[in-house]
Amino acid sequence: MWRRIGIVASSLAVSAALAQSAAPSAQRQAELESMLLQDCGSCHGLTLKGGLGPALRPQALAGKPRQWLIDTIRDGRPGTAMPPWGPILSDADIAWLADRLLRGAPGKEVKR
Amino acid sequence: MKRWWLLLVLFSGALLADDCALRGTGDLAIVIERADGAVQIVETTHNTAIARVEGLGDLSHASVVYSRDGRYAYVFGRDGGLSKVDLLCARVEKRVIQSGNSIGGAISQDGRLIAVSNYTPGGVKVFDADSLELLADIPATWGNGLRSKVIGLVDAPGRRFVFSLWDAGEIWVADMQDPRHPRITRFRDIGRNPYDGLITPDGRYYIAGLFGEDGMAQLDLWHPERGVRRILDHYGRGEKKLPVYKMPHLEGWAVAGDRAFVPAVGLHAVLVIDLRDWRELARIPVHGQPVFVEARPDGREVWVNFAFPNNEKVQIIDVETLKVTHTLEPGKGVLHMEFEPRGEEVWISVRDRDRVQVYDTATHRLLRELPARKPSGIFMAARAHRIGL
Repeated sequence: MWRRIGIVASSLAVSAALAQSAAPSAQRQAELESMLLQDCGSCHGLTLKGGLGPALRPQALAGKPRQWLIDTIRDGRPGTAMPPWGPILSDADIAWLADRLLRGAPGKEVKR
Repeated sequence: MKRWWLLLVLFSGALLADDCALRGTGDLAIVIERADGAVQIVETTHNTAIARVEGLGDLSHASVVYSRDGRYAYVFGRDGGLSKVDLLCARVEKRVIQSGNSIGGAISQDGRLIAVSNYTPGGVKVFDADSLELLADIPATWGNGLRSKVIGLVDAPGRRFVFSLWDAGEIWVADMQDPRHPRITRFRDIGRNPYDGLITPDGRYYIAGLFGEDGMAQLDLWHPERGVRRILDHYGRGEKKLPVYKMPHLEGWAVAGDRAFVPAVGLHAVLVIDLRDWRELARIPVHGQPVFVEARPDGREVWVNFAFPNNEKVQIIDVETLKVTHTLEPGKGVLHMEFEPRGEEVWISVRDRDRVQVYDTATHRLLRELPARKPSGIFMAARAHRIGL
């Protein structure tokens, strides 16, 4: 019970943080979801189980800080095939993608 | 919209027919429907869909080779699935899950062996083409007991397979004279992160593109004792590279006369190589970062598609003037182009529009559109008779 309250409390905190960078519109979210599966999926697999790049499912990302994920998406990982997406995505897009990855399937609550 | 569903219904009806077609397969092709784990079988004489085969697993990065009689397509899926599809009966004949994560495959010169290159666990597995029985397992070990992801697997004359090790920066040649006991020759330090490989249509040169540095690594299979040499190692030097959102592909070899055309990595350019001395002859500015660079079979034109976020267009290069002469706009998500064997038409998959398009290559006019769900690779059965495909 206490644990659940904890989860709710921390997801509220996350929502608050997200609200500051204005979450993408519903239409934009659909575009990002499609991009995640189709384009990120080129390297990470359509089911995000990994390919040339590592797996991006919640289990695989367990323990990775949200900010680390955001930095990786925005700046890429120099010396690897991971490109920086900062030039074509907004900060709000990137934050949404990071949370989407941590959450797993679309529509679930963020558990942190 | 309504008509679209009607088509789908008619289409499913065709699937239920369990009789096998009495026909040749020389004009057939397979279209991968990547999100559905399905393939369409299409015929290129009248440009129609014949059947759809489902249950092929994760096809997010799929490729196909054909049996020498052109009846069976071997489909390599991302999830390690190797499926043998009967084109005439439109069904999966056999299917094995041979690894956790696979990238592509090849069929041996004699058609008896199927090799699959794997990311996880890194290596190559070789199967009997009839039964899909595992004959050999070649782990791509390097360094301190690590295993490398394997890419750029092709067949070569002399019953050999050639492939590259992404993490290790090596090219391996596997001699399969005795299929259960492959003899491996390793070439080390060929360059950082080879991302794909190809073999010239005559089967002589194996070339790996390098992601981690400029240039390409070339192995002369007539003279493996001479080792791997670097070609084009000055292109892009000192230039600021763009982020690469999609790995280029080297499958096939866009050769026109004594020139070859290849995608530049991280640049909006197609490189032209003089095949007499393997030097860069020219660099053609194009719309985006090229993914596939393919010569029309008569070698008169080269067609190019592009990486995200410029993947809505296709450009056509005239090989005499080395200039872009036409730009087509099929729509977002152009993933692949495949010429019909004599090159009079080309098939283009447009993922985000759920369409496959057929163009007349003389007029560059759109002839036909077929519905396909998130189509990616298109593979003509005529590949059955070509080295390296």
